[in-house]
Amino acid sequence: MSLDAAMPRATTPAILPGSGGLRGALSDLFWRRPQLLLLLMLLPPVLWLGIVYIGSLFALLLQSFFSIDEFSGLINREFTLKTYGDLLQAANLDIILRTVTMAALVTFASAVIAFPIAYYAARYARGRWKALFYLGVMLPLWSSYLVKIYAWKLILAKEGILTWLLAKLHLLWLLDAWLSLPIVGGNSLSVSSTGTFIVFVYVWLPFMILPVQAALERVPGNLVEASSDLGASPGQTFRNVLFPLALPGIVAGSIFTFSLTLGDYIIPQIIGTSRLFIGQAVYSQQGTAGNIPLAAAFTVVPIVIMGFYLWGAKRMGAFDAL
Amino acid sequence: MTFAVSFQKVSRHFGSVRAVDAVDLDIVPGEFFAMLGPSGSGKTTCLRLIAGFEQPTAGSISIFGERAEGVPPYRRNVNTVFQDYALFPHLNVLDNVAYGLMVKGVGRPERQKAAEEALALVRLPGYGARRPGQLSGGQRQRVALARALVNQPKVLLLDEPLGALDLKLRENMQEELKSLQKALGITFVFVTHDQGEALSMADRVAVFNDGKIMQIGTPEDIYQRPKTRFVADFVGSSNVLPPDFVQRYAGQHRWGSLRPESIRIGRAAKGDGVAARLVSTNYLGATIRLALDAEGLRLHAIVPAGAALPREGEAVVLTFNREHLHLMDELG
Repeated sequence: MSLDAAMPRATTPAILPGSGGLRGALSDLFWRRPQLLLLLMLLPPVLWLGIVYIGSLFALLLQSFFSIDEFSGLINREFTLKTYGDLLQAANLDIILRTVTMAALVTFASAVIAFPIAYYAARYARGRWKALFYLGVMLPLWSSYLVKIYAWKLILAKEGILTWLLAKLHLLWLLDAWLSLPIVGGNSLSVSSTGTFIVFVYVWLPFMILPVQAALERVPGNLVEASSDLGASPGQTFRNVLFPLALPGIVAGSIFTFSLTLGDYIIPQIIGTSRLFIGQAVYSQQGTAGNIPLAAAFTVVPIVIMGFYLWGAKRMGAFDAL
Repeated sequence: MTFAVSFQKVSRHFGSVRAVDAVDLDIVPGEFFAMLGPSGSGKTTCLRLIAGFEQPTAGSISIFGERAEGVPPYRRNVNTVFQDYALFPHLNVLDNVAYGLMVKGVGRPERQKAAEEALALVRLPGYGARRPGQLSGGQRQRVALARALVNQPKVLLLDEPLGALDLKLRENMQEELKSLQKALGITFVFVTHDQGEALSMADRVAVFNDGKIMQIGTPEDIYQRPKTRFVADFVGSSNVLPPDFVQRYAGQHRWGSLRPESIRIGRAAKGDGVAARLVSTNYLGATIRLALDAEGLRLHAIVPAGAALPREGEAVVLTFNREHLHLMDELG
């Protein structure tokens, strides 16, 4: 068989004609000027971020520098720091402290629970087990947040499955002892801070597992072997090799767990005591109280905290693990 | 005699794969021992069995007379230089080298002094403050060596340590490793798939294939007197001769091997010898490698460059010294 028969040389031009029409012209134009295509692709998200997102954030900040007229309930649109003065009242500081403490505890607990799960997924799970791991971690994220929380309310309620289980195990005294403690206790788990904590940890856990797993995935297995080879016990290997190398992932995960807990107002509303969290304070200030400036000032608190948090996280290399 | 490492009928199976299959092995204290074989032949698994990363499925392993089954790696006074070095990326070079001493609880000034000395030993003095990522491949290799040696191991395991280096560097490191081993007197166990490396560095070589040891011996033994066809073929690409061929020239119906450099090439119709045809020539620098077709049997010969050669396709006569034809254990 000759080559000419398969690929007729004489009839094929060196340069193919354009496909013609508007589409052909556009294709050629975008190929010649790739920046133009990039601009077209980025314009909608940039507009969204620039105007809708940053703009509304800026409007919010602005609101916090207005004040409310206590007699008429009208907003006084003059620059003042009076609202921030109100924010620093003992009752409000109490709300901020409670929220930050809860966020820190939830973050710590998530990290402790997430690490072994992430370690298993990164080191041992292969093929079908890995798929099962991702499914297991992500599945709760696909179902309604409210349904999950109400489900937890049933689990934690006095007549709930947890109390029933503990009674069967003759461990009810343990639960009662815990619930009789101040601050963490209450009538039942579903109306205690402990309940709020449990549900927070449950809901935000996937956001901790995934970055930690990504960080551990990038730790070559032979580093663990090398550490062991050099005489380090498993505990020493964890402290000196695994933990430092997973730390960026833990910090990245903590950004999620910490900031999501700081801002959430639904979980403490449904499960927990009547004491407020920042999110609930914002909700009630802008809603029933109609005090938009104070609500805005409350909102600034997590933004400022997260600003510092992100600055610290960046210094620890957390964004490389995202 | 107490052996540095002794394997008795050691097997390591992964499911149905027999990575190491009933291996007997004795390594003498202070020797430079090479495990040579193609990938998947079980040599690295053997090394990992000594290090303690793998546990034998059957058989017993002892290190300097002490039973090692069930002993975790961190309780073995054996250190490994890993194939890709496995340096800790979050520690600087000095802390990497001092790691073994650190986990043993040696104080900071003392362990840093020891690490400096180890770095000087591998000719990297003053590199302590750098990160592994800032070093070249050859330098990382030296740091990995220093990190293992600083612990004064009873046995040093090297897993293809020169595999990632370029040729020039590899040759330098071969000499350096050899002299380092002589100076320190530590038992070195070296895994490689490069027969040249094994022959030039080791005191003794074990040739692995399919999870079994084909032959253990000095480099000269292995090269000159291969026991099996596999060894002859793997070590130095010997010509493996079938029994019928050997029968004709050596009078015995056995497999034989003939080194390419033992074959002499003569013009056709000049004296007796093996009639052959020159198929192709490959210029290798100092030597020329010839591919020959001797009545359907493909042979290779190596002759010094510069010799007058027949043209490709020409008929030639091959001669060789009868003593160079080595008969192997395997019967036809």
